[in-house]
Amino acid sequence: MARKIGIYVCHCGSNIAGTIDVEEVARWAGATIDGVAVARDYKFMCSSLGQQMIEEDIRKKGLTGVVVAACSPHLHEKTFRRACEHAELNPYLCQMVNLREHCSWVCADKAAGTAKAKALVYAAAERVKQQVPLEPMEVQVNPATLVVGGGIAGLQATLELADAGYHVYLVEREPSIGGHMAQFDKTFPTLDCSACILTPKMSEAGQHANVTLLTYSELEEVSGSVGNFKVKVRKKARYVDETICTGCGICIEKCPRRVVDNGFEAGLGQRKAIYTPFPQAVPRIPVIDTAACIWFDRGKCRACEKLCPTNAIAFDQEDEIVELQVGNIVLATGWKLFDCHKLPQYGYGRLPNVYTNMEFERLCNAAGPTNGKIVLRDGKTEPKSVAVIHCVGSRDVRHNESCSAVCCMAALKFGHLVLEKTKAEVYSFYIDMRTYHKGYEEFFQRLLKEGMHFVRGKVAEVTDAARTPGEEGKLIVQVEDTLVGQQQRIAVDMVVLMGALEPQADAKELGLKCGISCSMQGWYTERHPKLDPVATMTDGVFVAGACQGPKDIPASVVQGAAAAARISGMIAKGHVMIEPIVASIQEDKCSGCKICNTMCPYNAIEFDEPAGVSRVISSMCKGCGTCVAACPAGAISGAHFNNAQIMAEIRGILWDAVPSGNGQAPGVPAAALNP
Amino acid sequence: MKYAYYPGCSLEVNSAAYDISVRAVAQLLSIELQEIDDWNCCGATEYFSQDELTACAVIARNLALVDDKVEQLIAPCAACFLNLKKTDKLMSDSAEMNGRVNTCLAAGGLSYRPGRVLVRHLLDVIHGDIGEAAVRDKVVRPLTGLRVAPYYGCQWVRPMSDVDNPEYPMKMDDLFTWLGAEVVDYPVKAHCCGGHMTQISEPQAFELIRRLLQSAVDARADMILCMCPMCQLNLDAYQGRVNGHFGAEFKLPIIFFTQLLGIAFGIAPEQLGFGKEIVAALPVIKAWLGRAAAAVA
Amino acid sequence: MIDTAERAHSSSFLREVIRETPGGERIIHCLQCGSCGGSCPNGPDMQYTPRTLFAMINSNKRTEVLSSNTMWCCVSCYLCTTRCPQSIPITDIMYCLKRLAIREGLAKDSDAPALAKTFTGLLDRYGRSFELGLASRFYLFNKPLALLRMGPLGLSMFTRGRMSLVPKKIKGIEQLQAIIKKARQVGGAS
Repeated sequence: MARKIGIYVCHCGSNIAGTIDVEEVARWAGATIDGVAVARDYKFMCSSLGQQMIEEDIRKKGLTGVVVAACSPHLHEKTFRRACEHAELNPYLCQMVNLREHCSWVCADKAAGTAKAKALVYAAAERVKQQVPLEPMEVQVNPATLVVGGGIAGLQATLELADAGYHVYLVEREPSIGGHMAQFDKTFPTLDCSACILTPKMSEAGQHANVTLLTYSELEEVSGSVGNFKVKVRKKARYVDETICTGCGICIEKCPRRVVDNGFEAGLGQRKAIYTPFPQAVPRIPVIDTAACIWFDRGKCRACEKLCPTNAIAFDQEDEIVELQVGNIVLATGWKLFDCHKLPQYGYGRLPNVYTNMEFERLCNAAGPTNGKIVLRDGKTEPKSVAVIHCVGSRDVRHNESCSAVCCMAALKFGHLVLEKTKAEVYSFYIDMRTYHKGYEEFFQRLLKEGMHFVRGKVAEVTDAARTPGEEGKLIVQVEDTLVGQQQRIAVDMVVLMGALEPQADAKELGLKCGISCSMQGWYTERHPKLDPVATMTDGVFVAGACQGPKDIPASVVQGAAAAARISGMIAKGHVMIEPIVASIQEDKCSGCKICNTMCPYNAIEFDEPAGVSRVISSMCKGCGTCVAACPAGAISGAHFNNAQIMAEIRGILWDAVPSGNGQAPGVPAAALNP
Repeated sequence: MKYAYYPGCSLEVNSAAYDISVRAVAQLLSIELQEIDDWNCCGATEYFSQDELTACAVIARNLALVDDKVEQLIAPCAACFLNLKKTDKLMSDSAEMNGRVNTCLAAGGLSYRPGRVLVRHLLDVIHGDIGEAAVRDKVVRPLTGLRVAPYYGCQWVRPMSDVDNPEYPMKMDDLFTWLGAEVVDYPVKAHCCGGHMTQISEPQAFELIRRLLQSAVDARADMILCMCPMCQLNLDAYQGRVNGHFGAEFKLPIIFFTQLLGIAFGIAPEQLGFGKEIVAALPVIKAWLGRAAAAVA
Repeated sequence: MIDTAERAHSSSFLREVIRETPGGERIIHCLQCGSCGGSCPNGPDMQYTPRTLFAMINSNKRTEVLSSNTMWCCVSCYLCTTRCPQSIPITDIMYCLKRLAIREGLAKDSDAPALAKTFTGLLDRYGRSFELGLASRFYLFNKPLALLRMGPLGLSMFTRGRMSLVPKKIKGIEQLQAIIKKARQVGGAS
């Protein structure tokens, strides 16, 4: 078939035309390049008139390929491909040249810029002659979704998907869903009781027909790709049969073994060896902590088993691996608290009345170890003064560079609770007051009115080394009041450290299982920090909530909902289209060396043992080209980026290195020009 | 194992008790000390105030003089320790600094490759290299019933704090627990003694010293153990002046940790430099010995 | 590193401090949090806390900074450096300011420069420090009356064999002096 290429050079207003003689480029292309049927220049190719121009030319002149020399493909590749499609030309027979970022924006000299533009256009024209029609692949989407993490973000995503009629498997590592929000007392700025607004969602998730709860479980393995993931979930042994247990709680009541609860109660309270983390737990099925249980430790007791009215205790239970098939995955695994021992100058762990923020939440919580009374470690003395220290482990290059986003508001909340529940004075020691969302600044003003004291200074140390009689028996906060410029010592009874929010310890490992990565600090990497904060670079895997970066409850809810919406849209459509820019292996050339398998960053190549060859899983392939380059036998080619196409582009760039007329360059072997 | 030994100027005369007890204890623990031949003063905190390159070059001469075959250096004085370690690090971290210092050393016919010598303090060598089992093994006279306040000062724990907690160090606490002593826990064990403030501004200096003494007294310590000559000087020699300034009556012996270590190892007090301290320590030791004997009887 | 400071700030004094302090480029990350000022054992006696000084350095207030007593109150305890959340080498910056203050002749309010000078002078001469020489020279020239108060202490040190009457000179004093001379030549200002 005769080649008929259409070349379109865009002015982009003065963006390109300002530094490149676009009319000359178009004229020259028409006159010089072989096989060009039409060459035009136009003010704005992306406009409807510009697109129409292309469509008309395709229809009227029977174009076999289109070159649009304009801006970045990131902006308008889709636009021009669509135009081609409308005119029934395969969209992969369209090639864009970036005359803006690659040419006009980097060339100061008009002559040099124009010469470069000519070479780039020639390259694209040569390339297009080698391009072949390609069809995107359609992949069916399994309507079930896996949500990992039953905190507020995960719950929101789960409920929205379930309400839309799609099945959700909600995997949660702890015995109950709820996450950190279940531990809080009140939430800022409304001062809603946290459990009161959370438990309805927990209940709903627990009872929803479209939700399968897998609590006390962890994600083991993921394989497959968007629309078709196969996952393995490990259900850890609870030693309680969930099909029989009624949640009556007798086992917990009668268990003789009490231990410090370092999980839900943040080390402040106790629980039994068989336990549910908190009264409103969903599901209300207890778990036996084998490290604490007398039976597992010394082979005695089993009181729970004896007293269980339904015989639900099962000491011989084992971990179970559950295999699921889902179309999409949402990671909503949240955060963990900074270990305040790492800043010894604050005395955490050494001075009894220094608390972390999570410990203080439990202190204030009416269902907590002190029934909501703010008292010192002795369990009875009410403090007369409380110091709240911001930025413990945050904004610190040695620990967490980032700001934890919620601590300023939480500190104000704590101040309010102290003022409401006690007669104590309360101080905030801050570097900056970050109260940026709706109602937050107003909340700060409220605390100013309520009489909280504010000292701008990061506390240098908390000590019990008294210097004056007035300091005896107190905790002394030593700080520079930076607004005054003087060092001060303030004696208090209780200190609350606003510990930083950090990524979970195994976040990176979990991310890798799902094929996504973390930032340097350990938060999951989103597809685009501004415009796409819930999708990741791996299609079908989404992130929501604090695991993507410290954030408050409203932001977590929004992200959970956003992930659910994206997935709902995909499920409603029923399929996803995958770009056909994928690698393929010529099996007769494959020797089975498996170099490509290990090199593929997307785990998209599998090895067929019986056949002894590797195969690309097209739906997972991102077309990066690594395997193409790595294969020692040259058995792999990349669609839309094959050797012929790339060599043609090079030939085009070197158009004026080749004497005109015969298409051969002195010294350049013919074979290299015509593979 | 052989270590290069850098006593530092203070250990020569004003803190001879430290040098004497270091050598006595090292011999017993088979720590072979090879004193650097013709070492010079490290400049304390004074040379860096004048000129950085000269300060480093003066310090580096000592590193350059360490025997080729010796890999580690022990400096019992915390300030000397920091100066030597800091200079080595400055030269390691900056090729430019390394070049400049070596240019200076070359003028004296010397050179030093940064990182060649590992600078350490004796406390860390005893705690880490010798270790608990070997130390316990050498105890002849367990320090049972003696209440000691280990005082770390600043320049060993900070800023090159990779060997102990910079705010709340424990290695000396551990060591004396191994020796059977009652180690008191007091909050200012790594707070500053004031360094050269006693020469610059007495009221400021005396307050810093007072806080340390008071805290140890509040913890009912029988004595304070030091690991730096400047700290010992400030707490011991100026104790009388502090009493005068505040109308206090401190009478707390301040000795070097190696002196008490030697007692536990059964070395006679005369061989450990006792008697050189201003606030007498021997009577306290003798009284404790008496109590210990009575307890056994 | 110096590039970032050049672009970000117009304070020539800031650039000077960064140049003259190893690791000094960290100072541009100062949050003005005040950990340093809060930690310093002599903080209450300083005219300006270290944090304030950094704000003044950023503001190009060279004379005010170098005339202040702040760095002379510094005892190199390194609490500030250990606690700074931006890993700024604060104690080393204090040393830098001391050097600059002496060079500019702006160090007037404290005896610390004189002590430093006397100490290093003895080191240059003997290769070792010499307490009696240091004490006598320093006190005599700076606060002679204080020397009287030091009498009893000096005596008790001497009677316990803790003070030598004569300085000790190292064998390789010429070698050391050659090194020092070269350092003065090469280092120039720094």
